[in-house]
Amino acid sequence: MPTLTFIQPDGSAQVIDAASGQSLMQVATGNLVAGIVGECGGSCSCATCHVYIDEPWFARLPPADEMEQAMLEGAVEPGPSSRLSCQIQVSDALDGLVARIPAGQG
Amino acid sequence: MSELTAESTVVVVGAGQAGGETAAELRRQGFTGRVLILGEEPQPPYKRPPLSKAYLAGTITEESLYVMQAPQLEKVNIEFRGNARVTRIDRAAKQLQLADGSTQSYDKLVLATGGRARLLNLANADAPNVFPLRTIADVQGLRAACQPGKRVVIVGGGFIGLEVAAVAAKLGLQVTVLEGLPRVLARVTVPAVSEFFERAHREAGVDLRTNAQLASLEGSPVTAVTLTDGTRIETDFVVVGIGLIANTEVAQEAGLEIGNGIVVDEFARTSDPDILAAGDCTDHPSEFLGRRVRLESVQNAMEQGRVAARTLVGKNEPYRTVPWFWSDQYDLKLQMVGISAGHDQIVLRGDPATQRNFAVFYLREGRIIAADTVSRPQDFMFAKKLVAARAQLDVAALADEAVPLKTLAS
Repeated sequence: MPTLTFIQPDGSAQVIDAASGQSLMQVATGNLVAGIVGECGGSCSCATCHVYIDEPWFARLPPADEMEQAMLEGAVEPGPSSRLSCQIQVSDALDGLVARIPAGQG
Repeated sequence: MSELTAESTVVVVGAGQAGGETAAELRRQGFTGRVLILGEEPQPPYKRPPLSKAYLAGTITEESLYVMQAPQLEKVNIEFRGNARVTRIDRAAKQLQLADGSTQSYDKLVLATGGRARLLNLANADAPNVFPLRTIADVQGLRAACQPGKRVVIVGGGFIGLEVAAVAAKLGLQVTVLEGLPRVLARVTVPAVSEFFERAHREAGVDLRTNAQLASLEGSPVTAVTLTDGTRIETDFVVVGIGLIANTEVAQEAGLEIGNGIVVDEFARTSDPDILAAGDCTDHPSEFLGRRVRLESVQNAMEQGRVAARTLVGKNEPYRTVPWFWSDQYDLKLQMVGISAGHDQIVLRGDPATQRNFAVFYLREGRIIAADTVSRPQDFMFAKKLVAARAQLDVAALADEAVPLKTLAS
């Protein structure tokens, strides 16, 4: 059961023991992490689940596909470590992952 | 409305995404009193958009539709009661009556009653092989019928009908779509986009018929449908996607103000200070549109649900949003922002007659009021910003694919 940390723009953190098999977005919304909305339910259509992923986990993720990259370009304050959390499947390999939530989302 | 205390009970009627989000936001906002969701269906709050897409296709599980899993609900102390249909609101006693004879008191009530599928007004419309599409149970029945080689007649060429057609065609069924109007998606888009989707479905092997008026359903179970022009189409089952009826009856019987839905203000308050409403069932003021509107969308359900929760905890944050919608059909992603009704000019970016991706911008008096994009997620994201700003742009640049939309949106 991987442990994941979500950090709000104000620095407050939520540490969650997540179930493998869910997306990072599902873990966040299911645990009431503010700022991760997931309006489209994970179909890569809204970019309201945008997060920044800290290293070393960012480099370990399978790269974003074309659709995700296109959505990210227009997301709130995109950066080099931006991902849509609905496109990240949680597994033990991601134990310790830190995701930061952009200001002004949701 | 900030008189909620740790002893207060907030009851949410409706376990869709408006109800689920209201309850979740109450907890995010730090409300520690009782939160109880009453749902007519057995499942806890779940996401409906995938019902006609991935869930029908069988690529995701029922549990993945749930907004929160049971242990998560328990952890944050959100109570859920399924199979619980509210039949009456006693506003004086602040008490609900349920179909099973029980009662439930509330301090504050949130009506997130959503809507139900509109059914055909024809004999045999209640046959066991005529499926509406609104609930998990509907899709479970429908999916069992979706066997390769079977014939399906889909009534309605809107989002639901076309999404089901795409899934059924991919599953190897023989699909017929009947649309009564001269084109599909007529309520939401322009002819160029309708024609594009009609062609996409025909290329996928769907027998798509417009101006097709259904006259009768033969038998129960239904074995054929007939059209007003005498055409008879044999089928193994029928799917009905002809719209939604807002669930306003209980609110109406309780004497709440009803318009094109349960009337609320920009803070999601009804005409009773102890009752709020959110989601598909509300008739609410839209600053963006400059009029009252009832929206059937998950964005509206979630955002208005959050507004209702924030109002309950004493925050005065008005509901201000720019509506958006999406539909996945085959490999095509249609994303729409704003409401195109009332436009006086259309600008095309790309050519829907020859390309599988393009964008349409709707202008009124030179300003962008809406956009539809097909398989152009990047253009969609910038179109969202342009529409929100009601941007006034050089039309030639907007139509010129060599000019990145990003440069126009900044």
